[in-house]
Amino acid sequence: MSLRGNAWKYGNNINTDIISPPQYMELSYAEMAQHAMEGVDPEFSQKIKKGDILVAGANFGSGSSRETAPIALKLAGAGCIIAQFYARIFFRNAINIGLPVVECKEANKIQEGDQLEVNLQTGEIINLTRQEQYQGSVLPEHIMKIVDLGGLVPYLAQKLKSN
Amino acid sequence: MGMTLAEKLLAKASGQESVTAGEIIWAKVQTAMMDDILGPRVEIAEKLKQLDAKIWDKNKAVVVLDHYSPAANVNQAEILKFTRDWAIDNEVPYFEGEGPCHQVLAEKGYNVPGTVVVGTDSHTCTSGAFGAFGTGIGSTEMIGVLATGEIWLKVPQTILVKWTGKLPQGVFAKDIALKTIKDLGHAGATYMALEFAGETVHALSLDERMCLTNMAVEAGAKTGLVEPDGVIRNWAQEHHLTEFELLKGDQDAHYFAQYEYKAEDLVPQVACPHNVDNVYDVNALDPIRIDQAYVGSCTGGRYEDLVAAEKIIRGKKVAKGVRFLVSPASTEIYTKALETGLLDSFVQAGARILPPTCGICLGLHSGILASGERCISSTNRNFIGRMGSKKAEIYLGSAATVAASALAGVITDPRLYL
Repeated sequence: MSLRGNAWKYGNNINTDIISPPQYMELSYAEMAQHAMEGVDPEFSQKIKKGDILVAGANFGSGSSRETAPIALKLAGAGCIIAQFYARIFFRNAINIGLPVVECKEANKIQEGDQLEVNLQTGEIINLTRQEQYQGSVLPEHIMKIVDLGGLVPYLAQKLKSN
Repeated sequence: MGMTLAEKLLAKASGQESVTAGEIIWAKVQTAMMDDILGPRVEIAEKLKQLDAKIWDKNKAVVVLDHYSPAANVNQAEILKFTRDWAIDNEVPYFEGEGPCHQVLAEKGYNVPGTVVVGTDSHTCTSGAFGAFGTGIGSTEMIGVLATGEIWLKVPQTILVKWTGKLPQGVFAKDIALKTIKDLGHAGATYMALEFAGETVHALSLDERMCLTNMAVEAGAKTGLVEPDGVIRNWAQEHHLTEFELLKGDQDAHYFAQYEYKAEDLVPQVACPHNVDNVYDVNALDPIRIDQAYVGSCTGGRYEDLVAAEKIIRGKKVAKGVRFLVSPASTEIYTKALETGLLDSFVQAGARILPPTCGICLGLHSGILASGERCISSTNRNFIGRMGSKKAEIYLGSAATVAASALAGVITDPRLYL
């Protein structure tokens, strides 16, 4: 599966209090998503277009186990996230709710506004703006199965049915 | 080669003789904890119904209403009502107003040594103080646990942090945790188990050990661990647990990294805005004026934290202009502190006593910061905007450092008040 979108670039240690500030977690998903990334970029939810790609440095999603973090990014429009690496709970949560996450050591070469094409099967990232190519991570087979089915809930539905 | 404590725990939970770091296993879950903010109302109630799945073992699931209770507004009240009703309808035990979930799990005997404990809160790593593999999971992940009683986990490597010697007066487990996180970095233990070892750690009370394992996730760790000893055996017996196991790592286990520290060299530590690894010795900081001082939470609101803080403020007065808030981390702790006179002493000094809750720690109610304000807190995170305005600043320290700072009005070394 290939995804194409423009990059929005952020730094290291973008934590869950930045991605999904606690004070908005009592609101509906749609209202909450309007405040995604507010800690570092209050304009984020207005400027991101559906399918755009959020690019970050090290340790994206550190902190809380809140699933509202990937949910907010997905609802705001993010089609995929590319980061040097992720905090582990965020990484699992993103996969479980069906938001693709790719690890890429060269994520810092990507600049804001670059047009990217990401192949989730091969991990290949093509920077169409800069005519560059980077290698991203490929998910292990058992996790790819969850992604292919669209998240953990459809995966569980299949598992429970076969039992 | 031998196994680490983390490997032993996951071998047992997956029904295998041995496992090795990097392996992916299916672990049986002993305790599945849901809180109010990320529990049933986020995906769980709706999707469990959609899947027509039954909860695998209602005695192993538990709901704790802690973040929003007592509610500050109608939204929060509705979430609490939804969560409470879900627990009742699904015949899952629930606790409300009894304190932050990790303390409640400890007091109600849910942290069974030798098992896997998962919760919809990142600080579920706290359960590692009991020799259980405690880890935080997302809400959707919890649906899988509730439906099957199992979770897939990658067996983590372990970073062993060994502390030897005796902690000086005025220095606490919180200082050990902050110093460790400073050196490892905010992401230094990502995907790994962080095990605290050595005579200093084993001389700590259970209250203090829970502070260490609680903070493990602030270095990115999957779980925090302390090898269970006689303290844990006593706890298990006091809580009438019959089926538990005190597992130990092998002598020849492989560790990703090992750190060694001398407790005698440690001084009180303070994490400065806006990252938990931005840590300094308290006496190396220029005077930092504060508006609020907070003792509470699953990190720093236990009985021993209150004892340490009260010892400093006893017979003195909080600095003018400082709001000193104290929230005992559970009803049990609140009651004990009431009986022993600690709460009276806090009130006499000018503190305000709040009910056991998570609300202050993440700016949901009861102590939200305005722009330009600073707070010193015995909690676990100082991320931008966490306690209210994103133009506010949060500093983290031990309960003793918070109390000393409340008296002085600036961030202060608690050893000056001993």
